[in-house]
Amino acid sequence: MLSEQLVDLSRLQFAATAMYHFLFVPLTIGMVWMLVIMESAYVMTGKLVYKDMTRFWGKLFGINFALGVTTGITLEFQFGTNWAYYSHYVGDIFGAPLAIEGLMAFFLESTFIGLFFFGWDRLSKQQHLLVTILMAVGTNLSALWILIANGWMQNPVGSEFSYETMRMEMTNFWTVVFNPVAQGKFVHTVSAGYVTGAMFVLSISAWYLLRGRDTEFAKRSFRIAAAFGFASVCSVIVLGDESGYALGEAQQTKLAAMEAMWETEPAPASFNLIAIPNEEEMKNDFAIHIPWAMGIIGTRSFDKELPGLNDILAKNRERIVTGVEAVKLLERLRADPTDLALRDAFDQVKADLGFGLLLKKYVASMDEVTPELIDRAARDTIPRVTPLFWTFRIMVALGFAMLALFGLALWYSVKGDFAERRWLLWWALLFLPMPWISCEMGWFVAEYGRQPWTIYGVLPTHLSVSTLTVNSLYGSLAGFVGFYTLLLIVEMYLMIKFARQGPGSLGTGRYMNETAHA
Amino acid sequence: MIIDYPTLKIIWWLLVGVLLVGFAIMDGHDMGVGTLLPFVGKNDTERRVIINTVGPHWDGNQVWFITGGGAIFAAWPIVYATAFSGFYWAMLAVLWALFFRPVGFDYRSKIDNPTWRKTWDWGLFIGGAVPPLIFGVAFGNLLQGVPFHFDSTLVPYYTGSFWGLLNPFALLAGVVSTAMITFHGAIYLAHRTEGAIQARSIRAAQIFGVLMVVGFTFAGLWIANGSFGYAITSAIDPSALPNPMAKLVAREPGAWFANYRQAPLTMLVPALAYAGALAALWLVTKRRTLAAFVASAFAIVGVIGTAGVSMFPFVMPSSTDPQFSLTVWDAVSSHLTLTIMFWATIIFMPIIVMYTSWAYKVMAGKVTTAYIRENEHSAY
Repeated sequence: MLSEQLVDLSRLQFAATAMYHFLFVPLTIGMVWMLVIMESAYVMTGKLVYKDMTRFWGKLFGINFALGVTTGITLEFQFGTNWAYYSHYVGDIFGAPLAIEGLMAFFLESTFIGLFFFGWDRLSKQQHLLVTILMAVGTNLSALWILIANGWMQNPVGSEFSYETMRMEMTNFWTVVFNPVAQGKFVHTVSAGYVTGAMFVLSISAWYLLRGRDTEFAKRSFRIAAAFGFASVCSVIVLGDESGYALGEAQQTKLAAMEAMWETEPAPASFNLIAIPNEEEMKNDFAIHIPWAMGIIGTRSFDKELPGLNDILAKNRERIVTGVEAVKLLERLRADPTDLALRDAFDQVKADLGFGLLLKKYVASMDEVTPELIDRAARDTIPRVTPLFWTFRIMVALGFAMLALFGLALWYSVKGDFAERRWLLWWALLFLPMPWISCEMGWFVAEYGRQPWTIYGVLPTHLSVSTLTVNSLYGSLAGFVGFYTLLLIVEMYLMIKFARQGPGSLGTGRYMNETAHA
Repeated sequence: MIIDYPTLKIIWWLLVGVLLVGFAIMDGHDMGVGTLLPFVGKNDTERRVIINTVGPHWDGNQVWFITGGGAIFAAWPIVYATAFSGFYWAMLAVLWALFFRPVGFDYRSKIDNPTWRKTWDWGLFIGGAVPPLIFGVAFGNLLQGVPFHFDSTLVPYYTGSFWGLLNPFALLAGVVSTAMITFHGAIYLAHRTEGAIQARSIRAAQIFGVLMVVGFTFAGLWIANGSFGYAITSAIDPSALPNPMAKLVAREPGAWFANYRQAPLTMLVPALAYAGALAALWLVTKRRTLAAFVASAFAIVGVIGTAGVSMFPFVMPSSTDPQFSLTVWDAVSSHLTLTIMFWATIIFMPIIVMYTSWAYKVMAGKVTTAYIRENEHSAY
């Protein structure tokens, strides 16, 4: 059996490197469309200020993009280095969207980003705009394929287990692609990226306005960011809300956990605005309810029930009992693959195979399984409620606060007097970190809420890891922490330096803080 | 169109080869340029010239690597799982070396400070030199067999150590690989620069070209006289469902020459390595740099192809439990996944080649010191 420490360290390393990667991704996803908007304005109006905007914000975009590329490779490597059994067990399905992402999206994005930066003097205006658009399309397609892969981990459709090859195999590619969980996730995630890009431009422009410098440049940037940000934040809230969570069991478990819904209520269920979950007794010590709200948000209906955690637990316990049979039958079938009766018996129960594998955390052989262990394994299928409940609420609260900010920013942009409203500018400036906090909280809910599985119902996390030594994990984790800290310092230093210098860093002679030898 | 499973297994061996060769040719020349940067560029302006020859392209080229990794994940999942986890520290060394490239390229010239810039120059050197070295070492170990086995549920266990990878033959393979990539990069640099930088690049190309040819010959002689080689001794059913534990394998010195004996035409592959390298050496000396670049690209096809053809059908032989060796027949994805990935590659690869060519065409011509002066704020 694998040591729990190895599993925990592998999880920690993946979580840390993935969350670090996602500091850079949303800004790239959002900024790239802002660049398209700014450059389109340049091509349509011919005003140089729009070209300068594209180039200056593009410069900051580039500083961010470099780290996105750097930290993205880590994730692709890590499936193989640290999650070897996972890679073998589901590579037949999971590998395909990753490879297609490279072929269809990442090549496009990375080739055209080179021309975006170096092609200004060699391409016509229209050609350059086309380059920028293709870069944006590539970036967003990239997100699509990665989220198809991730969506399959939450809701593993279009595939089944093969006892001959001892792994999951794809049965329908298009079902994997059009997995509703993946599609919902894509819209929600890229919209969150758009909000991040808009907030970045809005905040820094607000800072220039507060300092009263490069006013014309900052005003135009602020207006574009306000409009783009308002549309995006509406999209995050409306399209990314919990409607997707009624689909698939993993999502239902997650929904019940992040809402601290221990019991199944008659439809439509009430919504716990604030609660103090008690994990031991599986109930809430205190809660403020809003009647009906949860059922309506979660199912978009008045009559569909949402399962509570206690019911989910009871159902999972039954599946574990069947799963133990499935594991036993599989072992016999592997020893004698020609026994057709055995195969038919296995086919009857193989849907619960993954639930049986949960017990491998505690015992090497299914003969040692006791009812107490089954209880423990069943309890493992319910993720910890308290962290999910609160991180989800922070994300949502920030989302609505940003809706208010972008709404007001757009309102005063239309009225034309936003630059005189210092409270609004200060609000925009202080809210700079908020999209990042929301994004990280969102990913925490999505991935922590999937535990104890890497693939929901199919493969438990503790079986997914590579058979490495604990010392190797300490070593690599220390290496990542060291490199990533250093890289973050360098990145922040450059980002702050150029944001402070402002459009003068382009050396055009049209702005403040021109570099000495311009 | 439905392609049968055995044919697809062979096609995927070829496609992984195409992606690795594509990576070596495209990202390889960027890496070679990175390796040469601190030596060929004598001052800051010269170094900026060197960096800007690959500035607009390195990012796109690096995707060959990422797509290659993704394709191995999708087409040979158990190879991806076993190799990446087994070569844990080697893979992390590659990864951490690659960290220096995006930031090195993008951040280096954003601050006008000699220490800052020199630090990143060495970072770009590491990012250019370490990956080809380690990939060469990895190939050297694949040729000898790697200590791994599976348990009954196909969990891979690697029983060697990181230092065990650094054996003499593997290090020789690392030298061949690094020399090949640096040779290729030097030729590219000669093509895109002029004057003193070009003269130094040509000299570097001559040195690394000769080193590559000599090293490649040595490696061949070593295999001919060494003790490695594996052969499948049980019957093979190419259409069987993949199960890497169902065959018998014997360790057989000289087995890596079996394919050339059986199909003498395959000897054209190592011949291509020599012909390409020698032609590239001659052409670069004559300053016909574009033709030399094409020739050294063929040399890369020859060298990587030689390793592949020698080992076929093995992909990753096991030295401790040879019957667990991974081969093109039993380490692959399902028929459906191979089919889908085949079509994805066939559709997108030509499109990628098209827009990459366009990007090079837009940026064609020599990078000069005058260009750096005029683009002080936007060039790398």
